[in-house]
Amino acid sequence: MTSPARSSARRIAALLTGLLLLAPAATGCGDRTGSGPSGGEVTAITALDYYTDQAEHAQWGDLLTACGRTVGVRVEQTSVPGASLVPKVLQQASSRTLPDLLMLDNPDLQQIARTGALAPLDGYGIDADGFAPGIASAGSYQGKLYGLAPNVSTVALIYNKDMLAEAGVAVPRTWDELKAAAATLTRPGRYGMAVDANATFEGTWQFLPFLWSNGGDERQLDTPQAAQALQLWVDLVNSGSMSKSVLNWTQADVHDQFVAGRTAMMINGPWRIPALEQDADLHWGVAPVPVPRLGQSPVTPLGGEVWTVPQNPSKARQQKAAQVLACLNSPSNMLTLAQEHHTVPSRTAVAAQHVEANPSMAAFAQSVAVARARTSELGVEWPKAATGIYTAIQSALTGEQTPEEALSHAQQTATGR
Amino acid sequence: MRSRPPQAADPSPVRRGDRWTRWLFVAPAATYLLLFFGYPIADNVVMSFQQYTVTSFYTGDAPFAGLRNYAAVLSSSAFPRTLLTTAVFTAGSVLGQFALGLAFALFFRRRFPLGGVLRSLLLLPWLLPLVASGTTWKWMLDPDTGVVNAVLRGLHLTSSGVPWLTGTSQALLSVVLVNTWVGVPFNTAILYGGLQDIPPNLYEAAKLDGAGPLASFRHITWPLLRPVVSVVLVLGVVYTVKVLDVILVVTGGGPAGATETIATQSYELSFRQFDFGRGAAMSNLLIVLSLVFAVLHLRADRRARTV
Repeated sequence: MTSPARSSARRIAALLTGLLLLAPAATGCGDRTGSGPSGGEVTAITALDYYTDQAEHAQWGDLLTACGRTVGVRVEQTSVPGASLVPKVLQQASSRTLPDLLMLDNPDLQQIARTGALAPLDGYGIDADGFAPGIASAGSYQGKLYGLAPNVSTVALIYNKDMLAEAGVAVPRTWDELKAAAATLTRPGRYGMAVDANATFEGTWQFLPFLWSNGGDERQLDTPQAAQALQLWVDLVNSGSMSKSVLNWTQADVHDQFVAGRTAMMINGPWRIPALEQDADLHWGVAPVPVPRLGQSPVTPLGGEVWTVPQNPSKARQQKAAQVLACLNSPSNMLTLAQEHHTVPSRTAVAAQHVEANPSMAAFAQSVAVARARTSELGVEWPKAATGIYTAIQSALTGEQTPEEALSHAQQTATGR
Repeated sequence: MRSRPPQAADPSPVRRGDRWTRWLFVAPAATYLLLFFGYPIADNVVMSFQQYTVTSFYTGDAPFAGLRNYAAVLSSSAFPRTLLTTAVFTAGSVLGQFALGLAFALFFRRRFPLGGVLRSLLLLPWLLPLVASGTTWKWMLDPDTGVVNAVLRGLHLTSSGVPWLTGTSQALLSVVLVNTWVGVPFNTAILYGGLQDIPPNLYEAAKLDGAGPLASFRHITWPLLRPVVSVVLVLGVVYTVKVLDVILVVTGGGPAGATETIATQSYELSFRQFDFGRGAAMSNLLIVLSLVFAVLHLRADRRARTV
């Protein structure tokens, strides 16, 4: 019912663009809105991402251009701020103006794939063979692959070497060691430990390694395993080893606290490494997130952005976009990206190669190999569970509810009551 | 085509022509209103009766959900608290803004050196982007490292520091304070304008009759300012009830949902959980609330004029 209105609006928009940009742009426009597959040779495709940081934008821009060159198209890159990417994609989906190549944060992929707006990648001979299993599952919806991330990230424990040495504390490996270490490291003006327990999905993301490593599960939040994980955070706050302000800190705030020497250890991701390296006086190390008992390996959430190919009336454009996507995910480009952004290549073999050259990435690479996608179990239901989890964290840390009460409430939120 | 007839002789054709021109002048404004205010509101109402998800954006398909979205929103276990928070936040902000705004307006009515400069400085909070001022406030109120607690500790008013952003009741107070700070300039500007309209000779006459400052405020300023006061308060309520950015930036609705209002809930439902139907239902509650106050405003306004 809405489609005639839509297409006429599009025609008017195309007309206006044509008038404004005159001949060259008008032909470009013609190919896009024109008669689909027979639109002639594709010379340019569009790409949308959230790399607005200047350096990052330029680095991705270069790679997109280079990949475009290998398949014979010009790639026009647009970047919007992270928070406006999904709203922008929804607008574009409803006006059928999605870009040819679209980047999404991995937990959003399934929501968008469910709409039918994305093209499955198997049609272009692209598969996830050799990729870390977590990232393959994050890129899939109902068994079909829709997106691939060239590089991924996760969180780990970053610690201040000098402070640990001075206090004679070993890098904590278990929860008990973490509590003890954090307490020893705490002194006036400094906390032992910091996490992001913010009332957003970031808070949930930081809690997942504790929840999952203890055998907790987002499908059933009111379990003893989940309560124990939350109790650990509550204990850290109640003992004074962790500031109550974690309730309000973003990951960037946690980083600032660490750099300012106001916390000795923090949970954070490898994307902080460039900033950490800028301070020559700061000696830091990276270790896996502490686990409940010795010998366990941490299960951490997988971060990273997947590239997708939205459905397009022009199959030729779609083909070109898929070729660029394949190029972005080639082993050599993965390595370049991982180098530039301090992330982990998502092909397991390439990741190993990367760690050899960058030992500080070992803890991250080790975690990524077994990392779990946030949407792997709940799929499109994930946002509800994620909301329940951060609400529970907040209720427990403020002392409003016990971890058990908070989590049983979270389970109600997650199931939509 | 034909010569203009004398008005008294044949008024009707002229009046008809007039009516058309009148409509012509109204048309642009009416079109604008319908397009940019009417359409979104109507659409929002429709959306609140639909099961509108991410998929609906692409397929245009949103099954009719009847009153289910409203039922879900109203029966949610968090709703009573959200409603109460909205009321406390709105009442606190509006009263704070108004009291401070009135005090400043009265203060700046007096002429003194640098008065103009100070008055324009007072408008600064209004000019700053909310995200910038909100972030700054968030830093200032940080319980460990913020300047507010540092000052309080320095004055020995507290030893451990006030949990401005981490205590469930203090956080609500904090967002009220920040939002008050944001709204003071608007209140000052409007009330100052209202004060300018009060003829100064009334005060002189009162003075001659022996009225002190308090008496002249009670018998001259306040009654003559009343229409402006009702406008400021009603607009204040309508602006405040929908405040989103201040809360999102300063507390993000936390800790533990202590600063969650209907507006932040609506945002949360729509843009974090992608449940646009419920988000729309929630925001329609806001529209209804605003409408109630708009009607009150119109009534008050009419009464003020007729009296």
